Order: sequence, then structure tokens, then C-alpha cells
Amino acid sequence: MTPLLSVSDLRVGFGRNPKANEVVRGVGFDIADGETLAIVGESGSGKSVTALSINRLVDFGGGRITGGSMKLKRVDGTVFELAAATEPQLTGIRGAEIGMIFQEPMTSLNPVLTIGNQIEESFRLHRGLTGRQATAAARDALDRVRIPDAARRLKYTPNQLSGGMLQRVMIAIALACNPRLLIADEPTTALDVTVQAQIMALLAELKRESGMSMIFITHDIGLVAGIADKVMVMQNGQAVEQGELNQILDSPQHPYTQHLLQDVPHFASGRATRADGQRDKAANTQPALKVDGLVVRFPLKSSFFSRATGAVHAVDGVDFDLMQGETLAIVGESGSGKSTTAKAVLGLVRSTRGSFSVGTRTATAERSAKPVQMVFQNPYASLNPRLAIESILGEPVIATGGRVDAQTRARMASLLERVGLPKNSLERYPHEFSGGQRQRLCIARALMLNPSVVVLDEAVSALDVSVQAKVLELLLDLQREYALAYLFISHDMAVVERIAHRIAVIYAGQIVEIGDARSVLSKPRHSYTKKLIAAVPTIDRRCEHFEIDTRQVPSLVRPQGFEPAPAKWERFGGDHMARVEA
Amino acid sequence: MRILRAIFGHGSGRIGGLIVCVYLLLAILGLLGLTPHNPITQYRIDRLHAPGAAYWMGTDLFGRDVASRLMAGIGQSFTVAFFSVAFASLAGTILGLAAAWLGRRWDGVVMRIMDVLLAFPAILLALLIVTVAGPGTWTSVVAIGIVYTPIFTRVVRGPALSLKTREFVDAARTFGSSSRYIVTRHLLLNLVAPLTVQVTLALAWALLTEAGLSFLGLGTQPPAASLGLMLSDSRNLMETAPWLLIFPGLAIMISILGFNLLGDALRDILDPRMRRAFA
Repeated sequence: MTPLLSVSDLRVGFGRNPKANEVVRGVGFDIADGETLAIVGESGSGKSVTALSINRLVDFGGGRITGGSMKLKRVDGTVFELAAATEPQLTGIRGAEIGMIFQEPMTSLNPVLTIGNQIEESFRLHRGLTGRQATAAARDALDRVRIPDAARRLKYTPNQLSGGMLQRVMIAIALACNPRLLIADEPTTALDVTVQAQIMALLAELKRESGMSMIFITHDIGLVAGIADKVMVMQNGQAVEQGELNQILDSPQHPYTQHLLQDVPHFASGRATRADGQRDKAANTQPALKVDGLVVRFPLKSSFFSRATGAVHAVDGVDFDLMQGETLAIVGESGSGKSTTAKAVLGLVRSTRGSFSVGTRTATAERSAKPVQMVFQNPYASLNPRLAIESILGEPVIATGGRVDAQTRARMASLLERVGLPKNSLERYPHEFSGGQRQRLCIARALMLNPSVVVLDEAVSALDVSVQAKVLELLLDLQREYALAYLFISHDMAVVERIAHRIAVIYAGQIVEIGDARSVLSKPRHSYTKKLIAAVPTIDRRCEHFEIDTRQVPSLVRPQGFEPAPAKWERFGGDHMARVEA
Repeated sequence: MRILRAIFGHGSGRIGGLIVCVYLLLAILGLLGLTPHNPITQYRIDRLHAPGAAYWMGTDLFGRDVASRLMAGIGQSFTVAFFSVAFASLAGTILGLAAAWLGRRWDGVVMRIMDVLLAFPAILLALLIVTVAGPGTWTSVVAIGIVYTPIFTRVVRGPALSLKTREFVDAARTFGSSSRYIVTRHLLLNLVAPLTVQVTLALAWALLTEAGLSFLGLGTQPPAASLGLMLSDSRNLMETAPWLLIFPGLAIMISILGFNLLGDALRDILDPRMRRAFA
């Protein structure tokens, strides 16, 4: 039987001289009908370019196919060469035979048109449906991707729907014409982990229903376990290993695949938590940071003159304490208030109520002028591109009234060395560094003032998985060396498991569960924590079936003057406690 | 120096840069009085002399050498353009940064004033100011400066607002950096590229506005030379002595072309996405 798609020795180049600038260098694979191929690789490995070459969208990004062939078996059994196709021919193939979904559902839909309109367009173009027929088809398409209340949702514009819902709409559009091949380019990377689980479940279910083939591109090898039949691992534009799912996951041959599977953090349900630096209950030390009843609200005003009608309760009564040398991870989904909590601790957001107290360092170290420092999520945005590294590292010193003198320079040099950056970094500019190196720079900058608490806001989320592992290691070393207290904010349970001593789960602005990392991850008590942990993809969960759950996060907008009822806590041994659910 | 090399490596930058350099040279010579003839000496016998070896671009109704007057005029026009753009960019940058950084009411008040100024066509507003303040070189500078301030304010405020929410500014706040430090190092330094482009393009508009004001008799006053004034003087002699019209007209046109080409080139070169291609 001929495969649906057969790619051999595909080469794609960019720029004026595509032959010399090849990004994909000789990739080949076959996909049979109904089969799912996962392409795994880090950024720059050429996985997206490979996928975009199949429907030739790569041409619009300045890419040229410099060699190889891509044979697509069409419905009538003829074989079509995609590598040599002309643009008019491709227009008929895209959408009708090869569907595609992208990473960012928020930006892949036109914000001014209703989603109904955008789904209908696909039916109009490829099926020639018009008017009521197209609307009915669009409604069916939404039903198919399990969007409740489809008829009403057709009239929504994209801003009225959440990211997960929008990704469902994107899937509906991609599947509108029953393509036999669906290309999913990191379709869940921009989504929260519970939403990711739902989308993955949906894709698996749709695949079973329609019998289509799928190319699933991801950087997360843990994610492929649930969906793929075959896996291809890419590095530097080449497929370093490919084969059946079980074969790749259980006995990887290539060192890079082994590295991806072993050195990169994978979620292990609490088995991989840290053993060192556990909280000493006997010692009655002062916490490095204590947050008491933190409340952050943003008033809602419709216009300049009107009075506030309500408030967004971004953080609603959060308390925790953080000891010297300890990591408290705050986990939650986007919009849960975890970043706002961090920003309030640093004074970047004004808190409505609540108090912080920052403890002094141990007697030997002098007290820092700014004891709480922060490392941000995006290493590309948190360094001023126009300043040399020396000025960047010097800024905290200048800000606290110091001067960049020989002593400061010596400290810069030793910190740079400590975080593993070359000695000549001081005269260089941020764009000369890679993402991982930049994050090291940010860490060095945060340490310039000798802080006692470092807030790490998704500090490794923007990094490639293998870089992530190294930066995490650095963070652990630094913590031991300087007895730093980390407030580690993340949505990534696998990373949290590696670094946290304690975990606080935050949902809709409130902590719902807090406690020892091992205890929280292995025996979650609150229903939300359970749901969150169940959604984490792991390589152990092969072809697992997820429940499709379309519950949305409750609105955080409350009427003016609303106060939540005081929390009731239930204790489960040690310091593990969870909020009692209503 | 790298930027100069980049400009001359860029197609339209090479042409624009060359034109601007030639004009700068002419303007300096004109301002220093190093012209073929004295621009205000009247050679009575040679009135309306056609272009030739003695008078390269002919003479005007009073027998003054057009080439010399053109150089002096370019000097005059460039002086006004440079000072007015300097004024506008300085005022616009300060207002734009203040509006973006202070936000709230400041932003509202500053930007509404700028909107009012923007509502008038440039030349009309300049005319209004000159009529109130009286004609002259320095009133032209101030008038043109005020007219172009709102554009700089907008050019600065937009990116400044977005820079203000960038993480490196948040990071600076966590160290406790002063507002002055953040505004100068983190905002202003990142605005150099858009400002450079805007300055180049504004120079072209300022030249045109100056010519317009002088043409209407409200800019440079005779007997001093200015491009607009020369055009204005040529109106009645268009048919008998077309060189009186052609040379100043071409001078204005080419200068504006030069600045626009240079501005386009700078925009390409300073765009970070293009940097690798030119650096």
C-alpha cells in the first residue's frame, strides 16, 4: 500500500542563497492513512520548517525547497508531487487535503470577524456552500470540536473566547473539509496544561472518528506519548532518529534522543522531588519572606468620569512564608494570579491589602539594600538590547546608590563566571547571547545586590528543554551556595517537581492547596490540584484517554465591595493543607 | 562610522546620502559667503542675463547672480530647517517621554494639545504663528519647530509606552532604579532609531515649509536670499527668464528627494530585523 505522504531527502533553505543556508537537510518519512507522526525537536531544529514545507507555506516565509520530494496520495489514488507544485495547484490542496493548526490560536484568527464567518469561509471556498447551508455546516463543525452551545458561539468574535476555545475553533476550521492530513504545529504550547490535555484528547478523538493522518510537531517529548504512532526526533535540520512510539521511548538509540528522555525534566508524580534542604520544624527561624493576607484588586471603570463598578480580584487573600534556602513553587494556570502575586511582592503592582515582611540574612552576610530580586520569564525582553552587559549588571548597583568601580567589576566578573558565562561577556550586547545565556545573565543581575529572596517568574519556561535542565541545575547550585530563598512561579509541573520544596497551588486568585512538594504531587487533595496533575503529559501515559472537560475558569470580576468568605483549611499531616471545597 | 558605511551600502541611501552631502557643502559655502559672486550685489548691466560662463545660472531682475543666491538660499533654508527640527525633536521628545512616563492626566493633557496642533495643516499653522510674531528667520524657526513638535511627540510616545511595559523596565524597578535612569537609559536609548529616521524626514518637510513661508513673504526677508523667496520673485518672469524658476525649484525638489531617500535608507538600516543584512 502506498503511504498517504512520502517525504524523501527533503531540503529547505532560506535567504538569497538557499543552498548554502539549509535549515532542513535531508529529512525523509512516510505516513500511512490514519497514522500520527510526531516530530520532536528544540527550536531551530527545523521541525516547523519541515511541516510548513509539506503544504508549501514555507514559500511565504522566504524558504525555498532545494531538493527532495514529497509525494502525496490524492483521493483518486494518483500521486501528487508537492515539491514541484505550482501555487494555484497548492491552493486546492491546502485546506481540502492538508489542514493545518498553528501554535497561537489568539493570533491565527481574524479579530474583527465572527468565528462563524471564519469557519464558513472554509466551506465556501472548498465546498461551494453558501448562506444557510454554510452556517449549518459551521455549526456542525463547532459541535464536532465539542464547543457547547455552538449556534450562539458562531456569532462571537475571537476576543470573547478563551485560548482553548479558540484552538478548538482553529481545529474546526482545519477539519472543515475533512482533510486526510492534519498538520498541528505546537498546537498546545501556548495553552495551559489542563486546556492542553483537553485539546490533546480532542485531537485523538477526532482522529479516531475521521481516520485522518496527523503530523504533530512539539518540543515536549512527554506530549507525544499520548497521541503518536511514530516519532521522529530532529536536531539541526536532520532526523536523528525515527521509529515506532514504544521503540523510541523505551530504547532510544541516538544520544540526543536519550538526552531528551533522560536529562530533561519529566513529571514523575512526586517521585523526583528534592531530598535536600527540607524545612526544619524544630528550628524556630525567622522566614526570609512572609506574606500575609495579600489582596490585589484592579478597579473596573467604564470611562474616565464614571465610578468603579466592580473590581478584578486578581489575588484574593494569599498568605505563605518562605524560609532561607527554601523554594516555594506557586503553580497555577494563566490568569490565576500567580504572576500578580510575584509582582506585588516586588512592589511592581500595588497591593490593595496585606503585608510582607522580609527577614534579614544570616548574621554573617550584610543586609542587602534590595533583599528581593526577580528573574523574568522572557530572557529576550528583560535585557535592554541597547546596553552592554557591563551597564546591565551595573544597573542594580547604580540604582542603590553605588558606583561601578573596580570592586563592582570584580563582582560582575565572578558572578558571570559563577553562572557559566565567558569572561569577555562584559563588553558584549544581549543580542550576542542565546536564550539560555541571557537567562544566566538575568540571574547574575538579580544576584548583584546579594538578595535573600529571588522571585523566578516562569524563569525557565521560555527556554528549550535541554537548556531548561541546565539552568535549573544552576539555580539549585546557587541556592545551596548562597542560601537563597526562591519563589518559583511556574505552570510546568515537571520543572516544579525538580526545584520545589513546597508547592502552593493557586486558582482564581486564591491558594487552594499548599504543602510539601512530594505530598502535594503524589497525594493531591483539592479537586483542582488533582485535575492539574492529571493533565500533565508524561512519557508513562501512553495513549491515555482524557476526559473532555469544557469548564471555564470562573470570572474574577466581582461587584464593588465584594469580600470572599474566609477560607476553611483542612490539614493532611505535616504542613500539607487544602482549602475545603464548597 | 558603521552607520555611514551602511548608508552608502544601501541603494537609495547612497543616492540620498550623496545629495544631502552636496547640499550640506553648498549650504556651508553659501553661509560663509564663498559664492561665485556676492549674492546681493546687483550687476545692473547684466539684468536677466541667461545662464552662461559668467553667471552659471543667469541673473535676476536686479542683476544678482542666481547661482550665488541659490547657495546663500540653501544655506538660509538649511539653517532654518536644522534649527526648527532641532527644536521640534527636542520639544517633542521631552513631551512624548513625559506623556508616556507620567501617564494618566499628563498623557491626556499633552496629547490633546498635540492633537489640536495636528488638526491644522502645517503651513497654515506656521503662517498663523508667523503672522502673530512677525516675519523673520528666527520666528520661522520657532513656527516650524512648533508645527512639527506634535509629530515627534507621537513618534516618541508610542514606542515609549510599549517600552515602559517591557520586562527590562520592570526589572529596573525591582532594583529601585530612578525614573531618570529608566527614562534615559531604557526608554530614550531605544528610541534613537525611530528618532533618527523621523529627524531626516522632518528636515525635508521643514525645508518645504520654510520655502512656503518665504514664498508668501513671511519667512526670510529680502534682500537676503532664500529658496522660497527666489521662487516668489520669479513668478512674473516665468516666461522671459525661466531659469529664475527652474533652478530654485529643482533645488527644493532634489533636496527633499535626498532627505526622503536617506530617511528610507535609515529606516531600513536601523530596523533590527534588517540589521544583520547591512551591518
